Amino acid sequence: MLGLTPDDWTALRLSLKVAAVATLASLPLAIAVATVLARGRFWGKTALDALVHLPLVMPPVVTGYLLLLAFGRRGPVGAWLESTFGLVLSFRWTGAALACAVMGFPLMVRAIRLSIEAVDPRLVAASATLGARPAWSFATVTLPLAAPGILAGAILCFAKALGEFGATITFVSSIPGETRTLPSAIYAATQTPGGDATAMRLTLVAIAVSVLALVASEWLARRVRRGIGAGT
Amino acid sequence: MIEVDVRLRRGAFALRCAFRTETGALALFGRSGSGKSTVLGLIAGLLRPDAGHVHVDGETLVDVERGVFVPPHRRRVGVVFQDALLFPHLSVRSNLSYGRRFAKGGRPVDPDAVIAMLGIGHLLERRPAGLSGGERQRVAIGRALLSGPRLLLLDEPLAALDFERRQEIMPYVERLRDAFDWPLVYVSHAVDEVARIAREVVVLEDGTVVASGAPGDVLAPSGARGASGGFGALSVLEATVAGHDAAYGLTALDHPAGPISVPGRVGEPGDPHRVLVRATDVALAVQRPRDVSFRTVLVGTIRGIEVDDGPTARVEIALRGRGRLVALVTRKAIDELALDAGDEVFAMVKATALDERSLAYAPRVR
Repeated sequence: MLGLTPDDWTALRLSLKVAAVATLASLPLAIAVATVLARGRFWGKTALDALVHLPLVMPPVVTGYLLLLAFGRRGPVGAWLESTFGLVLSFRWTGAALACAVMGFPLMVRAIRLSIEAVDPRLVAASATLGARPAWSFATVTLPLAAPGILAGAILCFAKALGEFGATITFVSSIPGETRTLPSAIYAATQTPGGDATAMRLTLVAIAVSVLALVASEWLARRVRRGIGAGT
Repeated sequence: MIEVDVRLRRGAFALRCAFRTETGALALFGRSGSGKSTVLGLIAGLLRPDAGHVHVDGETLVDVERGVFVPPHRRRVGVVFQDALLFPHLSVRSNLSYGRRFAKGGRPVDPDAVIAMLGIGHLLERRPAGLSGGERQRVAIGRALLSGPRLLLLDEPLAALDFERRQEIMPYVERLRDAFDWPLVYVSHAVDEVARIAREVVVLEDGTVVASGAPGDVLAPSGARGASGGFGALSVLEATVAGHDAAYGLTALDHPAGPISVPGRVGEPGDPHRVLVRATDVALAVQRPRDVSFRTVLVGTIRGIEVDDGPTARVEIALRGRGRLVALVTRKAIDELALDAGDEVFAMVKATALDERSLAYAPRVR
């Protein structure tokens, strides 16, 4: 179909799966960190902010290598995860998702943090005077009003995850069917004699997916904005 | 019962405020920056005092010395904010019902009665963005009431509205006080609002209480330009409706010092009524005036005259029977009429100066 080989489909499916899992799994943590950064006042806030942004400024290869050191089978976290949960990340698609999540995390936190900061804290105060506990205020006032930013953050993270290459290939290599995502597959094709046609096909697929994602995000964003009554 | 004794320092601003009231309709009065909204925030629990305590109906809401702080969501203190602060992502109906789930054990309230009283039944499906300022404020009042608060705080609820809208909201606040008998604290810098709403007034200046008492005593400043002098002198007269003159469209009010005539039909005969008189609308005569257009002539004795280098003088008159009236006249008139303390004078007020703004139903005394 569409002239794609089974290998191409595998790479596409894997890319979408990795990006979706990376985005959805890190979303709750991103909301929590963004809230703490937006509203919290505590010692070490600047350090947390820097830590979150580190993957944005470090070379992706460095991030991937650090992930390998920490989450590899002999790394401290990786060994613990394997012995406790039987969860192995290195050279698995779950590891690719972790690498993508780490790389997309700063973008997601940034967008969510900005949107939470834009929610008038007096609306939260108003809900408190009506009897709402802080957690309820957060769920019924802050979150819905920050929804456009949360959506934007998730889309940024998803897009970043689709395109992630450096950290992924360093941490989990490029194993067909397991960790060979679209970018890895394109890179592999360019390194293979006679792989130009494959590289071009996958490039067109990547462009199509990006355009589709953009259109879908615009549509979603409009729905969310209408939902919270902005611009009516 | 509300008892407040708090201290709070924020940068250069220092609040040191203590008062106690049993009334169901208290007004905090003062110019902006006097600390009245801060006091409201401290009662609602949105601010923490550095020291002191707040008690409402015998319950300690905050007591710094004893380490007590009840968070705002457990205080049952409703707040109506100046700019309504409706939740923009919720319909009017959802805004109104937001606090319902927490109202258990609070003051019982019938949602339909509140919605009818505020006249917002036709707005239920609308979003706040589509409402006028007055409608928004009415919904905000309803939202606060439906959470069943034992005390309602109104923070300059009319300040963001134009004159027409203010006249639209005012009767609702009065109904709240009279028909629903809901205890409220009303914060405002507008003397006419305070005079209409309050049974008791606490005047704040630079974070301290400078006067407190009945509106008639506190709002018409005695002696020096003192407490509310900067707000334009204004007198509050307690009168009784005598009758209506349908042919001329006037209402006659009785006051021991003389008849008061106001335009339009207000109240029913026998109703108590407050009349607000601006000092600039009062003229003085040393003899009972004849052949003048003034329909309101009040007899009294000059208690004091305050003059400085300026062209105007403030004359404070003790009206016959009860009440105080402040008149602002020229210094030249004082000299030419040879007015002095102890003199009997006739104070005249144009009926047309007593528009709706200057009229207030006298609150029932509980």
